[in-house]
Amino acid sequence: MLLRRKSMALMFMAVVLMAGLLQGCSFKTDEKEGPGTELVLWTFNELHEKFFLQMADQWNQQHPDELINLKANTFPYDNHHSKLSIALQSGVGAPDIADIEVNKIGNFLKGIPQLVPLNPVIDPEINNIVPSRVQIYGKDGKYYGIDFHVGAEVMYYNKEIMDQAGVNPDSIVTWADYAAAGKQVLAKTGKPMATLETNDLWSYWPMISQQNSDFLDDKGELTLDNETNIKTLEFLQQMVKDKVAIPSPGGGHHMEEYYGFMNKGGAASVWMPMWYMGRFTDYMPDLKGKIIIRPMPAWEKGGYRSAGMGGTGTVVTNQSEHQDLAMRFLAFAKLSKQGNVEIWKQLGFDPIRSEVWTMPEAKAKNKFTEYFGTNIFDTLIEVKDEINAVHIGPKTPDIASAVRNKILYRTLQSGEDPATVLHELADELR
Amino acid sequence: MATPVHTNANVPTGQPPKTQRPARSQWSRFIHSSRTAPYVFVLPFLLSFALFFAYPVISTVIMSFQEVLPGITTYVGLENYKDLINPTFGKAILNSVLYTLLTLVVLIPLPLVLAVLLNSPKMPGRGLFRSVMFIPALTSVVVAGTIFRLMFGELDGSLMNSLLGVFGLEPYKWLMNANTGFLALIVLALWRWLGVNMLYYMSGLQNIPPELYEAAQIDGASRFDSFWRITIPMLKPVTIYVFTISIYAGLSMFTESYMLWNGNNSPNDIGLTIVGYLYRQGLEQNSMGFGAAVGIVLLVFTLVLNLIQLKFFGMFRKED
Repeated sequence: MLLRRKSMALMFMAVVLMAGLLQGCSFKTDEKEGPGTELVLWTFNELHEKFFLQMADQWNQQHPDELINLKANTFPYDNHHSKLSIALQSGVGAPDIADIEVNKIGNFLKGIPQLVPLNPVIDPEINNIVPSRVQIYGKDGKYYGIDFHVGAEVMYYNKEIMDQAGVNPDSIVTWADYAAAGKQVLAKTGKPMATLETNDLWSYWPMISQQNSDFLDDKGELTLDNETNIKTLEFLQQMVKDKVAIPSPGGGHHMEEYYGFMNKGGAASVWMPMWYMGRFTDYMPDLKGKIIIRPMPAWEKGGYRSAGMGGTGTVVTNQSEHQDLAMRFLAFAKLSKQGNVEIWKQLGFDPIRSEVWTMPEAKAKNKFTEYFGTNIFDTLIEVKDEINAVHIGPKTPDIASAVRNKILYRTLQSGEDPATVLHELADELR
Repeated sequence: MATPVHTNANVPTGQPPKTQRPARSQWSRFIHSSRTAPYVFVLPFLLSFALFFAYPVISTVIMSFQEVLPGITTYVGLENYKDLINPTFGKAILNSVLYTLLTLVVLIPLPLVLAVLLNSPKMPGRGLFRSVMFIPALTSVVVAGTIFRLMFGELDGSLMNSLLGVFGLEPYKWLMNANTGFLALIVLALWRWLGVNMLYYMSGLQNIPPELYEAAQIDGASRFDSFWRITIPMLKPVTIYVFTISIYAGLSMFTESYMLWNGNNSPNDIGLTIVGYLYRQGLEQNSMGFGAAVGIVLLVFTLVLNLIQLKFFGMFRKED
């Protein structure tokens, strides 16, 4: 009798265990809080999250009959893209809306994209925005993402150091002028003119883009080791040899070491996209009022003085149950005039809708105009026609990885021959 | 000898037995059968094993022969395995093997010696040291990796460069150089796992009968003789265990490198491991099929290495 009870009890436990096990496999988390349609957003940048939440509030004020309950989540950069990729591959668990960084978009455009084409909202606005900022997230005539910004590459000069060295930044027109001014800065102040990224792309890529070159051509063929790219890398290496430039402390312009170094006036200038302004205001507070923004030097007089770099496309996934609403909300946040003004005011980005650049809001007081002055957009307007579109394709994530991990390190840190390194890596990637 | 009493549980006591027992239902017979019960009891394990281990492994094997793109999956035969023959994967294997060897070199003798010291009743502050050595194992590898990245930072103010400064040496870019980068990895592994391995050895030491040492002492053996001829041979099973898990842990290392270089992007891949390569290909580049092939190679590699090692230690010989 006792044995029987025991076996029954054990059997019961086994059933409970199995039930628990199977319960663990269920994914349903259907909780509805607050009024409105729930939309889930994933991003890798806390500031983006704040921006979207703010835009959801504005949407709700203007669309009381179509309320949105936006659930936003921020994950670390790599983690975010991996999670999103797995959710889209497996067909379960993806959010309605997600951010995808431009270097990662290639992964999501492979095969049949699991994203919703945004043409219904982009096509009517294409003449009001910088078109390349949606084209880089496109495939076969369909646009899958909308960027936050133009990402115009500019030069940030430390006016204090330049004055000490007796160099007027406005007299620097070409890269040759820049290198020569760098020698003077080094001689007068003992400080390098520039820091170069060895673990990211924002020093090297814009320089080749200025010369109509790229890592891929417009057909998606690899051009990593072409003559222009080799010469540009040789130029950078020469600056390092002359001590005019140093490899960035920590490897890149987003490292704790770099912020500390630069904040103490470590180098006289740095070229980065306009979206980098937020890093100055947030992580290099001591440079407030000392940094001026100017166009990049051109390779020859009259040449291009900028390049469109980086970017985050926001997409709607095909797993969303409210694709139409998500798309319209996205258009409200990132394509509308109101949204673009907010992108500038909140994030300090150069918005893709060009009419915003000349609006009074562009000069209104905010933390960016207080830090850099009120003429930020003058620089952007000056160079707006000098920005080549970059070529993004399925190979881009692979190329970005090779440039980040190997090419820049081996040539700028270890001093290997640029032509040899570029040929070797290009062969490996082909 | 008492006669065994057979009672029929179905028959209530005090009542005349019924002439015909009620027929048991199929289900009742099934769940009361002593033949099926064990299977039912192990079923939860079998199910979880099948669901969370066998199924993923089989899927991985299948995927390693496929090109998996969003929305499209195609069989590519051995293409993924052919693509594995490339310098980057070679470097990842070399790094993983080197890391494993170096961790074996430090993480077996050091914990052994420390365990012997901390096991000695003459050692002052034994409890304190045991705790202190073990605490790092409880620290998250993410936190530890971040702290080590800052310690080995390249600016003058980082801990390691401050130490160099004391001796009047120039600051050094620790994590930009293959040798010093590896040094940081090994120091991190040592800091984290020393206490765990020490604990294994301490439990092994407590199982050695004290009579052996007494007998040795009577025979005039020195302390070193006792250590060499009694402690080390008696700890062989523990050593084999630590060796086996260290090989596995070394070859599967990823998070330490990921945290130390702030992502899977160590300069010139000086910290790239096999799992790092799997992560890069499978997730960062979205080539799931190729990543699966890397995983299968790692599985076979680890299995073969561990089998050779166990064979070498005589684990497959029958006990004397």
